[in-house]
Amino acid sequence: MSFLEYRVKFAPAGFAKVLYVNWGLYLLITAVAAIGWLMLYSIAGGDMSQWAGPQMKRYGVGMILSLVLCFTPIWFWRSMSGAAYVSTFILLIIVHFFGAVGMGAQRWIDLGFIRLQPSEFMKVSLIMMLATYYDWLDDRKVSRPLWVLIPVLLIITPTILVILEPNLGTSLMLIVAGAAVMFAAGVSLWYFVVVIGLLGGGIAGIFLLRGTPWQLIHDYQYKRIDTFLDPSADPLGAGYNIMQAKIALGSGGWTGKGFMQGTQSRLNFLPEKHTDFIFTTLGEEFGFVGAISLLALYATILIFLFWAAVHNKDRFSSLMIIGIAVNFFLYLAVNLGMVMGMAPVVGVPLPFLSYGGSATLVLLLAFGLVQSAIVHRLR
Amino acid sequence: MKRTSRDSEDSARRITRRALFMGGCMAATMAGLGARMRYLGVEEADQFRLLAEENRINIQLIPPARGLILDRNGKIIAGNEQNYRVVITREGAGDVQLVLNRLSHLIPMTETDMTRVLKDVDRNSSFVPIPVADRLSWDDFSKVALNAPALPGVTPDVGLSRVYPRDTDFAHVVGYVGPVSENDLEGLENPDPLLHIPKFQIGKIGVEKWMEDTLRGSAGNKKIEVNHVGRVMRELDKTDGVSGANLRLTIDADIQNFVQARLGDQSAACVVIDVTNGDLIAIASAPSFNPNLFVRGITRRDYDVLTGNDFRPLANKAVQGGYPPGSTFKMVTGLAALSDGKISLDTVVNCPGYLQFGDRKFNCWKKGGHGKVDVRSALTQSCDVFFYDVAQRVGIDKIAEMGRKMGLGQRHDLPMSAISEGTLPDRAWKQEKLKQDWRIGDTINAAIGQGYVVATPLQLAVMAARVATGRSVVPRLIREIDGKAVPVEEAADLGFETSHLTAVHDGMIGVVNSDRGTSFAARIANDAMLMAGKSGTSQVRNISAAERETGVVGNNDLPWKQRDHALFVCFAPADAPRYAVAVVVEHGGGGSSVAAPIARDAMLRALTGSVPDPKDYPANQRGRIDTMLKELKLRSPDGSQPTDTRA
Repeated sequence: MSFLEYRVKFAPAGFAKVLYVNWGLYLLITAVAAIGWLMLYSIAGGDMSQWAGPQMKRYGVGMILSLVLCFTPIWFWRSMSGAAYVSTFILLIIVHFFGAVGMGAQRWIDLGFIRLQPSEFMKVSLIMMLATYYDWLDDRKVSRPLWVLIPVLLIITPTILVILEPNLGTSLMLIVAGAAVMFAAGVSLWYFVVVIGLLGGGIAGIFLLRGTPWQLIHDYQYKRIDTFLDPSADPLGAGYNIMQAKIALGSGGWTGKGFMQGTQSRLNFLPEKHTDFIFTTLGEEFGFVGAISLLALYATILIFLFWAAVHNKDRFSSLMIIGIAVNFFLYLAVNLGMVMGMAPVVGVPLPFLSYGGSATLVLLLAFGLVQSAIVHRLR
Repeated sequence: MKRTSRDSEDSARRITRRALFMGGCMAATMAGLGARMRYLGVEEADQFRLLAEENRINIQLIPPARGLILDRNGKIIAGNEQNYRVVITREGAGDVQLVLNRLSHLIPMTETDMTRVLKDVDRNSSFVPIPVADRLSWDDFSKVALNAPALPGVTPDVGLSRVYPRDTDFAHVVGYVGPVSENDLEGLENPDPLLHIPKFQIGKIGVEKWMEDTLRGSAGNKKIEVNHVGRVMRELDKTDGVSGANLRLTIDADIQNFVQARLGDQSAACVVIDVTNGDLIAIASAPSFNPNLFVRGITRRDYDVLTGNDFRPLANKAVQGGYPPGSTFKMVTGLAALSDGKISLDTVVNCPGYLQFGDRKFNCWKKGGHGKVDVRSALTQSCDVFFYDVAQRVGIDKIAEMGRKMGLGQRHDLPMSAISEGTLPDRAWKQEKLKQDWRIGDTINAAIGQGYVVATPLQLAVMAARVATGRSVVPRLIREIDGKAVPVEEAADLGFETSHLTAVHDGMIGVVNSDRGTSFAARIANDAMLMAGKSGTSQVRNISAAERETGVVGNNDLPWKQRDHALFVCFAPADAPRYAVAVVVEHGGGGSSVAAPIARDAMLRALTGSVPDPKDYPANQRGRIDTMLKELKLRSPDGSQPTDTRA
């Protein structure tokens, strides 16, 4: 697996690489991040130093790292994927035993200057690992059970550690993003049909057996599902967050209440308004127009990613970009679904908007990998 | 591990295919998200906008100032005073314990206060002001204000609180206010939101209670923006409330004060009424209590003292106390017989000192008898036998009817608490209440206001006013509401023949002014203010046969609760009546000796408009009266403080 396998016809070298970077993609994510800074500034009541400032600094540092990744040949990163996967996995184990407790879950390692959230890094490491695996694997073997079992284990093992943290949102994203890479790599559709069928049957069973002696989950777990399905039934209890988020989004109307005029966020009715629920403030202050614009930005980024994946003749690069695109999509879909009351409340940040170090850093690193694949693609 | 170019092209195509499929799924999801955004932000926007407003806007009530209660001349009976308080917030104080310790050096604070404050502070959000001290003196209040820099989080605060400057004088009439209780809210369909304000004060008894709606006013409100924990961020809008309407009573505060002071510590009641329009000039009930104690929250000990007192200071004896009217009822019996034509002005009855009826013997109060008496002399000398006789002729039903005409046996509708109906018995009443037939002996007892007859001092005053005018004088207590005079209807004529009324008046004038009258000692020695009255001494217990034999048990030898009630009703000036007065001294003894002098003093106070002049009293009484009047603890004209003559 040396770079020679790429049979490079042409690859830019030196400063010429700058010309081959997809600057449009960087511009798009910076635009999204800028919206985030604006919202963080508004939520803090016009205070730069509380959230917006630190977030900008993080973005700057993340961007530099991203560019470093970008200008390093993709084949180097491919060769590093095994090491990345193993070291992230070890970090997950360390977190499991020694990790600091935040939000009632063991999630990060405090290194003093930065808090590392290994589960975020695992999202990228796993995708790279799977892409590498399928790049290596003979195309004819991809659907053979043994060769399907290996990537499944690669996905499941770290996921179990993440579930134990507990971090349901991230574990779901690991499974779905991993499955997406497997799907793209050409694993037979029947595996997916069977798994989805089993899952659907399980969910149906959970609901159908409710109230009978054979019910599959505890009553309090049913209650959580109920709260998700109808948050207004328990407006001061578990449904409070969703209800307040919906109120904020809905009260924005077409064009919103105006910058820094959102009462829901300014008066603190919104929970986690600067992290997971930041979209509600956008909806409240800039209305439907603002919200749909953000969605359009995200859609454009995804189109860029798929374009890059499809037009990359390198199998590793394609699969990795698809994995990253799916991962990026999962972030925004789960987050938006959650704040709009379409998905259960799981802690998933909105990419580039939510205040937070690990997610932003990981996303920037991932986009650095994507850019590296774009710069160093076969031409 | 080389791949054939074909393989790799197949695989690349597959990747593209599957990537497009996933892209399609994503596009569908994002379309769903966009539709959801539209649904929330556009279609359901109005509903959510409303919810957001509800979230952020709180409405705070501003309690209105309660209407004042004034006397007929505008003197304040119930007012509002600035209530100086001190409140503390945890977020301002930081170390609450330390600040409280400092505060306790400035203002009086007990350990219990401290623990209560600390508990309240812990229980509430850090920005909620917790009352530390209430009703501070101006001195203490300014001390706190002055030391504000050393007392972080402590805020001096001013509110309004009810105050009764003439404390004991009006306790029974005006009553008092207190914090709303569960009982008060019960049965209210749509309670005024004000009632939900903690410690909001509403009328508990008396005028304060019965005129509550007029006095309360309506709440103003303040729209405030609050955050998720309820902290006030800013004020958005403010509407001022409407203060309660002022009430002007018919009572003259100075006369009330005089009468109340004159009754002193006796268990007694006195009502002064203007016979020309029914204005109640004074309604005194003694002993009284200080309503301010109730406003501030009465202590268990003070309350026990009030309830443990045999003289029942909390009872409003003037309207609530029922007493056998005794001989003061004789005008009713006499007028009933005259009106019914059963006797004429010339009818004469011989009084041998008793009336033999079957095997029962009904005594006249005068053992030797009065000899031949007509209706005038019977009233003057209070001959029992005359009224025994005429009562039998006219019958109880006619007497009861006359009594009702005179205002007895009915509830006079005044805005006061516990107004009693009294009892005016007739055949139907006894049948209904006691399931017994009426007996002739009952009529004989009722004829002299004994037996089942029960009347309140208010009813007796109304009776005296109606006897004086021959008109159906209706008592009233409210003179003006919010500056608008309450109209007085002219009292209806009761339809007496003038000669009958004059004869009764003559008899009553004789009671006080003839030397044969029972209350000659209580006369007014001023022809311009000649008084007409009638005394009554009503028995509380049955005199045993043995006592009747010996007849030596003096009233004063009996335990207090078994002694006779002393009553007196009167009006003056006799030729052109202006005021009527009724006095009842519970277990006071003889009506003439105990109640009549009080009634005379009250009458003179009302007629002359000032403390009675000893010149208006018979010469031999002037010295004693002068001393007695000077010893009364009356309020100074401004009404603020009672003057203590001994000081």
